[in-house]
Amino acid sequence: MNATQTLGVLLAGNPNSGKSSIFNALTGARQHVANYPGATVEKRQGRFRVGSTVVDVIDLPGTYSLSSHSPEERIAQQALLDHESRVVVAVVDSTALRRSLVLLLQVLQAGARPVLCLNMSDEARRSGQVLDIEVLRRLLRAPVVETVGHKAQGMPALREAIVAAALSADDEQAVSLGPELDKAIVELVDALATADAPSRGRRWVATRLLIGDDATCAAVKARGLAGVRAVELAAHLREQLEARTSSDIAMLVTQAYQRRVDGILAQAVRSHPRPDARALSDKIDKVLADRFLGIPIFLAIMYAIFWVTFSVGEIPMGWIESGFAALGAWIVSLWPIGTTTPLQSLLVDGIIAGVGGVVVFVPNILLLFFGLALLEDTGYMARAAFLMDRLLSRFGLHGRSFVPMVTGFGCSIPGIMATRTLENEKDRLTTMLVLPLMSCGARLPVWLLLIPAFFAGSWRATALWGIYAAGIVLALLLALVLRRTVLRGEASPFVMELPPYRLPTPQAIVRKMAERGWIYVRKAGTTILGISVVMWALTSYPKPDTSQVDAAIASGRMVVADDSALVEAAAGVEVVSSEQADNLRAAEALQVSVAGRLGRAIEPVIRPLGFDWRVGTALIGSFAAKEVFVAQMGIVYSLGAADEESDDLRTRIRESYSPLAGLSLMLWLLISAPCMATFVVTRRESGSWKWAFLQLGGLTVAGYLVALVVYQIGRLIVG
Amino acid sequence: MTSVDKLHPGDRGRVTRVDGFGAIRQRLLDMGLLPDAVIEVERRAPAGDPIWIRIQDSQLSLRRKEAEFVLVDVL
Repeated sequence: MNATQTLGVLLAGNPNSGKSSIFNALTGARQHVANYPGATVEKRQGRFRVGSTVVDVIDLPGTYSLSSHSPEERIAQQALLDHESRVVVAVVDSTALRRSLVLLLQVLQAGARPVLCLNMSDEARRSGQVLDIEVLRRLLRAPVVETVGHKAQGMPALREAIVAAALSADDEQAVSLGPELDKAIVELVDALATADAPSRGRRWVATRLLIGDDATCAAVKARGLAGVRAVELAAHLREQLEARTSSDIAMLVTQAYQRRVDGILAQAVRSHPRPDARALSDKIDKVLADRFLGIPIFLAIMYAIFWVTFSVGEIPMGWIESGFAALGAWIVSLWPIGTTTPLQSLLVDGIIAGVGGVVVFVPNILLLFFGLALLEDTGYMARAAFLMDRLLSRFGLHGRSFVPMVTGFGCSIPGIMATRTLENEKDRLTTMLVLPLMSCGARLPVWLLLIPAFFAGSWRATALWGIYAAGIVLALLLALVLRRTVLRGEASPFVMELPPYRLPTPQAIVRKMAERGWIYVRKAGTTILGISVVMWALTSYPKPDTSQVDAAIASGRMVVADDSALVEAAAGVEVVSSEQADNLRAAEALQVSVAGRLGRAIEPVIRPLGFDWRVGTALIGSFAAKEVFVAQMGIVYSLGAADEESDDLRTRIRESYSPLAGLSLMLWLLISAPCMATFVVTRRESGSWKWAFLQLGGLTVAGYLVALVVYQIGRLIVG
Repeated sequence: MTSVDKLHPGDRGRVTRVDGFGAIRQRLLDMGLLPDAVIEVERRAPAGDPIWIRIQDSQLSLRRKEAEFVLVDVL
């Protein structure tokens, strides 16, 4: 009989240790990614089989240690103490053993049954490092497996080691931190036992108490009087230790871990890596990270990525557009020619238009993510962060914010997704929230429509540049404001590892590219489908009961003739072509629809900005996607299908609004209400609705205020 | 004795003390900046901030404000 047993295992390790590639290699396609509730931290789960055993794997966030300073560390710590299974795979960068093994010792203290995964073992061997695996196994009392994660080497051995560790009956190990600390920890473990604290990982909890970690102290105090006494004992012991050594507890403990690791390595390292092991990588850095060449090279690389994205992406984009157009035509052909029914309109104008608008960008998105994955996996991203940090940190951002923000010039969605590269949550959220201010590609048609309407020829380029610059400046200022208010807090550490350059495998890049692309299609796509249908309904219904256009035609006040030369109109009779008649009907229908009524309803609110109900209606329609603003303006001005090239529309706009109102409108469109896809992706990447609403609300309010101030003050000046 | 933010590319130093507090200090300690560790300044970014250093088996970058906390004896 084959009884399947299910085991659980956690993956822990430093950032840059190749933990994700180990996770991918273990679980293959059977993964599930979500966010930890209320955090931007990702939770990855997957599973694999060994024989009749199923193993559930949870990939913990990468951490350098198990302290409680960041959400990542707190989550990892909690997971280790709470998880049913005690098996933990410590994924370690074999070329940085001295630092990486500290986490393993902490994991041991937390009561885990570890499996040491020596990743990047090929690189370590190439550098001349030779380890005695047997000695390591003996000293750690745990299986040790050498792997090369991104080539998926060593996986069978790793899987077996995991299962073996799960089935073993080993007790928790004690990690010796030196006589003085050990004595203190033993006393605290006893105190914790008296307080009836969970038996798992008491040594770890004791260490945290000794260090004075607030969260741990609070949790232990909550256990009652015995808990309070334990915390007091910890404080007393801490004072004693600090007085005796004239150092501080955090330093004492970290040094103790390091000493223990050094002791292990002294026995296990047969030969050390050559000093020139990183020579090639260092030579490359002499150029790429050069004080003078560094930034120009970086800008050139970013430009190259965007150029490839948009030029190579054109081709499949064209195919997709034709494909959707053909699909639309086919659907229309299912009905008798010339008829339109609600269902047909829903399918063609609502669904195909909406979804098509998203899917058409998929090739660009894939190419963009390919470029970003390449930057990340080679290690170049860290260099870019190093170069850009000075500029960005002045505004409360981080060197790593640069690439996501610049990506936002193309489209906010991949930009927001790219903020994953930021290790710190506050940095990530700040970047995410201000990202929509980087004027995205969808707004470009809007600028191309409005700028020539209000600016004379020689000023146009400056105006366009000015809008982009305004976006950047506002993004930086808003970041500053956020960091002083909602996202206030202790400055987050920048201290950043600069790993050697590595050549990524094609599989790894394609995998990253496909995963992000899929998220784009699924999340943005499904929600946009829903909202497109809603927007279609809002702009199409209710239909006018009586068309004034038709009434005018019926009573003779309007005559439809396509060749006006042939018609002699009596006085007071308007002659229109059939196209114009259709446009008038469309404008009428839009006014009567929900969107049109909403546009009228908000008119009093937007009039102080210089807008009228027509702009209001177009703005409501453009929540779906910014470029829809142009199309909606076309309809509302009875110009039918207009685009940004339409001189007629420009003329009408120029006639209807002052240049000041035009400026106010552009500022509004730049700042406020990111498109719904942005809203949805922000929700996903930030892990909560709170941030998505803050972004939406905050930007809308900011846009309103800026447009209001500009318009009103401008009126005072210009008159 | 001086702090790392005052060093120039090519300078080497042995860490004597690590000041600071909270998350930044812990990160400095976790990355190996402990007393007796030997560091070498590799380069500085345009505008002198952040600073790129070598420390035993890895290379790190730190902001000036962070480097101020790491006190060294120049070697």
